[in-house]
Amino acid sequence: MPDRNMSFPLSRRQVVRGLLATSAFGLTAKFGTGCSQPTPTGTGDNKAGGKDYVVGFIYVGPKDDFGYNQAHAEGAAAMAKNVPGLKLVEEASVPETTAVAETMRNMIQQDGAKALFPTSFGYFDPYILEMAKEFPDVQFFHAGGLYQDGVHPKNISSYFGYIDEAQYVAGVVAGHTSKSGKLGFVAAKPIPQLLRNVNSFTLGARSVNPKITTQVIFTGDWSVPVKEAEATNSMVDQGVDVITCHVDSPKVVMETAEKRGIFCSGYHANQSSLAPKGYLTGAEWDWSSIYTSLGKQLIAGKSIAKGDIPHILRGGLADNFCKLSPFGPAVSAAAKADAEKALAGIKSGQLTIYKGPLKTNTGKLILPAGKDLKITDIELEKMDYLIEGVKGSVK
Amino acid sequence: MVHQSWQRSLESVLIPCLAVLAALVLFGGFCALAGANPLEVYAAIYKAAFGSWNAWQNTLIRASPLMLTGLCTALPARLGLVIIGNEGALVFGALLAVLVGLACGSGLPGGLVIGLMALASLLAGGLWIMVVGALRHYRGVNETISSLLMNYLAIALMNHLVEGPLRDPNFVTKPSSYEIAQTAWLGALPGSRIHFGLIYGALACLIAYFLIQRTTFGFATRSTGENIRAARMAGLPVGQLTLAICFLGGSCAGLAGMVEIAAVQRRLNESIVSNYGYAGVLVAFVSRHNPLAMVLVSVLLGGILASGGILQRSLNLPDATVLVFQGIVFLCVLYSDSLYGRLFSGFFKKIDYKSVAIHRAR
Repeated sequence: MPDRNMSFPLSRRQVVRGLLATSAFGLTAKFGTGCSQPTPTGTGDNKAGGKDYVVGFIYVGPKDDFGYNQAHAEGAAAMAKNVPGLKLVEEASVPETTAVAETMRNMIQQDGAKALFPTSFGYFDPYILEMAKEFPDVQFFHAGGLYQDGVHPKNISSYFGYIDEAQYVAGVVAGHTSKSGKLGFVAAKPIPQLLRNVNSFTLGARSVNPKITTQVIFTGDWSVPVKEAEATNSMVDQGVDVITCHVDSPKVVMETAEKRGIFCSGYHANQSSLAPKGYLTGAEWDWSSIYTSLGKQLIAGKSIAKGDIPHILRGGLADNFCKLSPFGPAVSAAAKADAEKALAGIKSGQLTIYKGPLKTNTGKLILPAGKDLKITDIELEKMDYLIEGVKGSVK
Repeated sequence: MVHQSWQRSLESVLIPCLAVLAALVLFGGFCALAGANPLEVYAAIYKAAFGSWNAWQNTLIRASPLMLTGLCTALPARLGLVIIGNEGALVFGALLAVLVGLACGSGLPGGLVIGLMALASLLAGGLWIMVVGALRHYRGVNETISSLLMNYLAIALMNHLVEGPLRDPNFVTKPSSYEIAQTAWLGALPGSRIHFGLIYGALACLIAYFLIQRTTFGFATRSTGENIRAARMAGLPVGQLTLAICFLGGSCAGLAGMVEIAAVQRRLNESIVSNYGYAGVLVAFVSRHNPLAMVLVSVLLGGILASGGILQRSLNLPDATVLVFQGIVFLCVLYSDSLYGRLFSGFFKKIDYKSVAIHRAR
């Protein structure tokens, strides 16, 4: 046998040993516990599982992204906790393709979901529209405010918050904290909702110190961590000492800011654990309260199609659609006092963020003196400019 | 020789099966570590992927684009080229399909528009990859790198167009082109929600198999793939073969783009870039560039993807679990590649190097 050592590299004995080891591993690990508590394997279609009202949540990214998806996932968890009789099924990292249609279908048919919250903006058209048409008894809730009466199926409700109110208050804190008078904003794409955040943040800061400027850098996409880190670093090099952002996951921006020893203000969710020293506050979604209230209404048998739940739900700080992160250790007493004052003013409706005279950073007059735009004004949803004090261009 | 040939066919069935089985065992260990009962996980995967007609539909919907994009790697691979430009060819095919679909409007009969869109996407995808083939043949540019880079070109071009000249201002979800007319939508197979892409994919694989294994063109391609110098000596038109096989491969991926537009998304936007191309590369390699095996592998991968949901919803496993499973399966299958010609010889008889050499070259 000249080629003995060239043949199949494992001997029979080695194979047998391997098999034994594998099964032993299996036995010692979890097979045992699995057998002692025989949970029903019929997980696929336990529609008959009980009276629980099943609600499905779908996220476009991971549930722990310190950003958009985490905010929704935390809200969903709070809903499940606060509303007895409500069961939560979730699926994360579902792309905006037929995959999301299949996920919705499975949640309805296999898990018996009666209400769905597909949270990503891009799920809406065509996937939610098609599923809503096919399953008229299931209620669809979508974050984004895209519902059009008479055009879209009756069982869709669309909700969104005026989070720029929270950004204004965060701007007040940033304005108090900054020593250089230069703030930074890492932004994804120049869409109205994002521009509102940049402008509100700047207005908040300039209400403290009218000389403050905000440098904005557009990265071009919602999730490009390398560019976000680069943008943060370059702004720190220019002397920016408080930074905030509007990207899908603010994680990288917060971590970079902390590493460079400057202050930061969060977005979407609470990122204080990423920057324990420099985290000032942040504009967070407060989906917990909204989802809890929706959950209670769903359990009570209310429906969108019958008109018990409105097709369009919107609100700001006063309606608990958004909130501020707890103040970090670097926030001064004066900053806290002013922030609380702004918060109370916005909640009571006495403080208007967009009031004249207001100019864009190219010198165009947006609002003459004496005029103002309420936060609910539809004019603000068409925003395509940066206000005076912001350095950058939407083009 | 007869004896060896049945051994070889038995091997080509046994080895992939054993590989998948080994992967299941490894994945079971992983699930056990993650705190789930492996048996429950297997049952859930089976149920979600192949357990019912509903699950089968889910699986097949996910499998159909993979057959077409897989061919974009598998066909040129028979000629010895490693092309991973599937994503780019898909996007470019989709782009041309949308342009043609929008140009036709709703005036022409639907079937004709669909036909024209398909033709445009075939040409577009084909020419896209043919550029890679030409660069390789005439300028000696590495085809893997150039095709990879061309993916970015196609995606950037598509993004530029849908954010500029093609943009439908009334569609707010994300920058997108206008919608193609409803008459040009590609419907579902009767009695199901599976779109016609599945038929296109299966047919394309069948034709590709026939072309490679049963025609002179296929023989010439395989000969060139095995030894390009010998092929040149024998007078085979290597340049033409390279261009032709690249065109065919690319056109399949282009068609996948058209199907995705006409059957699913109906307008062009960044969602067209959803990894079908790269998954196709995996499918091609796992099926060892055999178009018939690709049908099976696509269905297997479709099933794995379809089961991703249930693992999260019912067993509370993290969302990356399905990727771990996919990775383990493919590593096992790729590793098992080294066992061909050794399975029987290692255990039962001496190894026959000639047959190994032949088998591995194929």
